Amino acid sequence: MTWSEMQPLLEQGTVDTLYMVLWATVVTVLGGLPLGILLVLTDKGGLLQNLPVNKVVGAIVNIGRSLPFIILLIALIPFTTLVVGTFIGPTAMIVPLAIGAIPFFARLVETSIREVDHGLVEAVQAMGGGIPTIVRKVLLPQALPSLVSGVTTTVIVLIGYSAMAGAVGGEGLGSKAVTYGYQRFDTTFMLVTVVVLVLIVTVVQLIGDGVVRLLARRGRTA
Amino acid sequence: MITTSGLTKVYESRGRQVTALDGVDLHVREGEVFGVIGQSGAGKSSLIRCVNLLERPTSGTVTVDGVDLTALAGKSRRAGRDLRRARSSIGMVFQHFNLLSSRTVKDNIELPLEILGVSGAERSRRALELLDLVGLADKAKSYPGQLSGGQKQRVGIARALAGEPKVLLSDEATSALDPETTRSILQLLRDLNQQLGLTVLLITHEMDVVKTICDSAALMQKGRIVESGTVSELLATPGSQLAAELFPVSGAHTGPDRTVVDVTFHGDAATQPVISQLSRTYNIDISILGAAMDTVGGRQIGRMRIELPGRYEDNVVPVGFLREQGLQVEVVEETLTEETVVQGAATLLVKEGAK
Repeated sequence: MTWSEMQPLLEQGTVDTLYMVLWATVVTVLGGLPLGILLVLTDKGGLLQNLPVNKVVGAIVNIGRSLPFIILLIALIPFTTLVVGTFIGPTAMIVPLAIGAIPFFARLVETSIREVDHGLVEAVQAMGGGIPTIVRKVLLPQALPSLVSGVTTTVIVLIGYSAMAGAVGGEGLGSKAVTYGYQRFDTTFMLVTVVVLVLIVTVVQLIGDGVVRLLARRGRTA
Repeated sequence: MITTSGLTKVYESRGRQVTALDGVDLHVREGEVFGVIGQSGAGKSSLIRCVNLLERPTSGTVTVDGVDLTALAGKSRRAGRDLRRARSSIGMVFQHFNLLSSRTVKDNIELPLEILGVSGAERSRRALELLDLVGLADKAKSYPGQLSGGQKQRVGIARALAGEPKVLLSDEATSALDPETTRSILQLLRDLNQQLGLTVLLITHEMDVVKTICDSAALMQKGRIVESGTVSELLATPGSQLAAELFPVSGAHTGPDRTVVDVTFHGDAATQPVISQLSRTYNIDISILGAAMDTVGGRQIGRMRIELPGRYEDNVVPVGFLREQGLQVEVVEETLTEETVVQGAATLLVKEGAK
């Protein structure tokens, strides 16, 4: 394949990958953040201690995390069809991508929130703050740099997942690499696709680290 | 202002029961600085955290400014609206400051006002006013990470005062600070107590803190209050451990046929120079072996150990003179057993302080 043949494929692939990953990230954060907070609050000694809820949510998250993504992708086909109307194409892929990443992100959120000094929670309780105040004004802002790191990691995991989704009717760079690189034995195209993926991951990591550094510049020693 | 009665807190961990508070009755008067001193594990922390119900007492009641907080709390584990409102009128400062590192100093002080639903402009005005009060007017835009320990605690105090509380709880507020900063923070608390009529309940393991700012003090051991009262009441109590530690005296007999007595001045009497009067009236030479005295509002408070020539039998009249002046006089036996006991207790607390 010549460069002029590769270029449109790579462009289309990149656009599709970014589209899938972006929307999947949005859905993952919207789903995983509350789940992670719930895991912390309902845990033993938590502000909303509720062990049955904690155990059930924890178990669902663990199951979600232990399923291999490729299995999840196939198992979710009926559900994806129900939500999007089809199970092929980038839009359809957002569903399994998000569902695969939510449990992962929820655990990252849980870890970040747990790292917030309990003394701060106590201080706000002593001021008369309730649980919504504590979550909004203490837990989330204090954990923000760590949460941003978590989002960065999640985006990168999603880029990996999205390449896999290419094998099952998704679009994007992964699908292009499989169709043109692997099935047509075009090693050069395969390598170029990999380089583009590496570039995307690097850029995402750089942006994430930059934001974390910006947030951390506020001299964070309590 | 703060009253606890029969306050008990039992923790359960792995089937074992630990009694942190064992029937604590505490009474803090309006406008005073009350210090609770004790070793770690004595239950001080549990006590102060039970006062605003950060810790739910197992039994007993807590009343702050006439409101029975334990009744407001009810049975639920979570703090209801009434309890939260009551808490917002009790300020609290912490050993480790507990400031939000993600907010500027000014925003930290505004936090309690946000919780109270105060409007933005008013919050800003109050925060700047409070910063001025604690002497940090130029640090409004700094982040806590850029401040020294003493400055952080000043911010902590300003934040605690934002809701215009009548009561301030101080949980080892100076324990993480160096001696000089400790003094300046204590001075600030004293000023606030006098300017705003703020009632302060503080817990500490440092006798110096009690000595510097407390009007009243209580000694806690094993979850119980073993001594409690105003500083002069404590001094007037024979054998008071707190008085002995607040005003330690020592010194042994310089020879046989001498009488050593401890004279306690507890503020109610003795505005005159009694020692020199004693000396002149009975024409005796008096040696001062040791003294720990303070003058508060023109009254002398403290203890003094003096030596008179002759045996006790020869000194009945001078001792009687001292008692007539309203002073408490205890004769120190030559073996000095009492002192050894007192020193033993003092060493314990010093060790504690070193932690």
